[in-house]
Amino acid sequence: MNLSVKIGKLTMQNPVTVASGTFGYGAEYARLIDLNLLGAVTVKGIRLNPVPGNPTPRTAETASGMLNAIGLQGPGVDGFIKKYWSFLKSLKVPTIINIWGTTVEEYAEVARRFDALGGVGALELNVSCPNIKAGGAQFGTDVKLLAQVVAACRQVTTLPLITKMSPNVPNIAELAKAAEDAGSDALAVTNSFPAMAIDIHTLKPKLANITGGLTGPAIKPIAIKLVWEAAKAVKIPIIGMGGIQSADDAIEFLMAGATAVAVGTANFYEPQTPLQVITGIREFMERRKISDVREITGSVVIPKTEGRC
Amino acid sequence: MLEQTVTIVANERDTDSYFRVVLRAPQITPLIQPGQFAHVRILPLKDALLRRPFSIFQVAGDTFSILYKTVGKGTDVLSRMRAGEELSVIAPLGHGFTVPKTGGETPLLVAGGYGMAAMYLLAQRSPQKGIVFVGGRRRVDILCEKEFTAIGWEVRATTEDGSHGEKGLVTQPLLAEIQNSKFKIQNCRLFACGPTPMLKAVGKIAEDFNLPAELSMDEHMCCGTGVCLTCVISVKTGDSCEYQRTCTEGPVFDSRQILWEAAK
Repeated sequence: MNLSVKIGKLTMQNPVTVASGTFGYGAEYARLIDLNLLGAVTVKGIRLNPVPGNPTPRTAETASGMLNAIGLQGPGVDGFIKKYWSFLKSLKVPTIINIWGTTVEEYAEVARRFDALGGVGALELNVSCPNIKAGGAQFGTDVKLLAQVVAACRQVTTLPLITKMSPNVPNIAELAKAAEDAGSDALAVTNSFPAMAIDIHTLKPKLANITGGLTGPAIKPIAIKLVWEAAKAVKIPIIGMGGIQSADDAIEFLMAGATAVAVGTANFYEPQTPLQVITGIREFMERRKISDVREITGSVVIPKTEGRC
Repeated sequence: MLEQTVTIVANERDTDSYFRVVLRAPQITPLIQPGQFAHVRILPLKDALLRRPFSIFQVAGDTFSILYKTVGKGTDVLSRMRAGEELSVIAPLGHGFTVPKTGGETPLLVAGGYGMAAMYLLAQRSPQKGIVFVGGRRRVDILCEKEFTAIGWEVRATTEDGSHGEKGLVTQPLLAEIQNSKFKIQNCRLFACGPTPMLKAVGKIAEDFNLPAELSMDEHMCCGTGVCLTCVISVKTGDSCEYQRTCTEGPVFDSRQILWEAAK
């Protein structure tokens, strides 16, 4: 049975990674799960310099999900390399580094730095964080800017580039195609959805940032649709994510057109989820006598509909 | 830190809206240090996905217990669970209190409401017995006094409505003790757990009298394990400051580290 998949030139031993920002830098969960069983470890977003992040409260629980506005707190490129790289490098599975910047040049500079580091599995371009004032989602919702960011990173690295798409666009196909044409090796679909919650007793927004990004099972059906639409528009592989908490959820993403999946918010309440998903995909394949996980990708059957009225 | 499915041995009302739940967790209990917490997934919660953090109250044999107040849907559902039902627990978590060494500092404990529960293990494991100052709004908010007296600790209670102990705030008898103590005060260390305004007041007293103080900070939490960066507080670092995680660098912080201007 084959569970391995390719994301550009990166080989993952199975199609399951974790969503950036839900798994720290890997080391935090090393005592709870065997990281070497994952397809890849994806770390929290990093820009050139350290980032303090947003004031608190930074998260709020909602029905079947949560809002967050962490503000991409992080140690910067040098801090990340100093604190976490020797640990990540020692793993048997590849590391996908999520990077961002406030300018096209900064994205490229961070990409160049990680290319020079050696041993990185892939770079995920975060062009879709809804919680920062400059950078982030502005690059993921404008076709021209998106193409510029991807092209600028493409020029400075041969590492696989995964563009993490914003869900907050009228037509994801157009942006997906732009990322592919600019040299992206894969897409990650999708990031959190801009959202808001109010405490009716204090009359205040539940987040200090006022608005945040909605994640968790609540967004899964919307994410499935975005993966399906993006998959029809491009030839490059897609890493599907949004509310996965079981193997069944992951298989749904694969059927919609994803080549791999990422477990996100579920890590916060059930850190075993990625491993349960891997086991569950294997069991599904055994039951259905599927020998290669890649057969599941895009296998959704769209029936011919005939109107009755 | 371990993640385990544990069985409820007992889950009973303490007073008013306070409950005690006892969990059988043979692998977790030997690891527990005073001031640490358990991150609990209340499985019947359904659409509320996140774990709830609780201070660990007592450890006995292969069980540990939590003393909690019903404050929302999580604790409400928990209070209706029965012996034999299961919870998922990640524990022990966080950086706890410094247990005094034999012949070392005398601990003075300050607790507000159910913060009292978080201090029990420290009192039990401290070779020196000190005083525990406990405050609450009403008599029912003064918890587990008996448990502290049973291990030889002096308890001084205050209530805001005067229904139990001295009337007023917990910091009053603390201040009186510091100013005229039976202990050598410069050999005392303050430990506190309770609402943020109380912790801030204890931090101020510690500063005024130049006493070390360890404060258990209560922040809204999400993952509890250090990855999500929800529960951060502002901590002084030299002449600058940075966000540190209540779940990992805390919940217990040295009071001198805390940047109160930024606290809620």
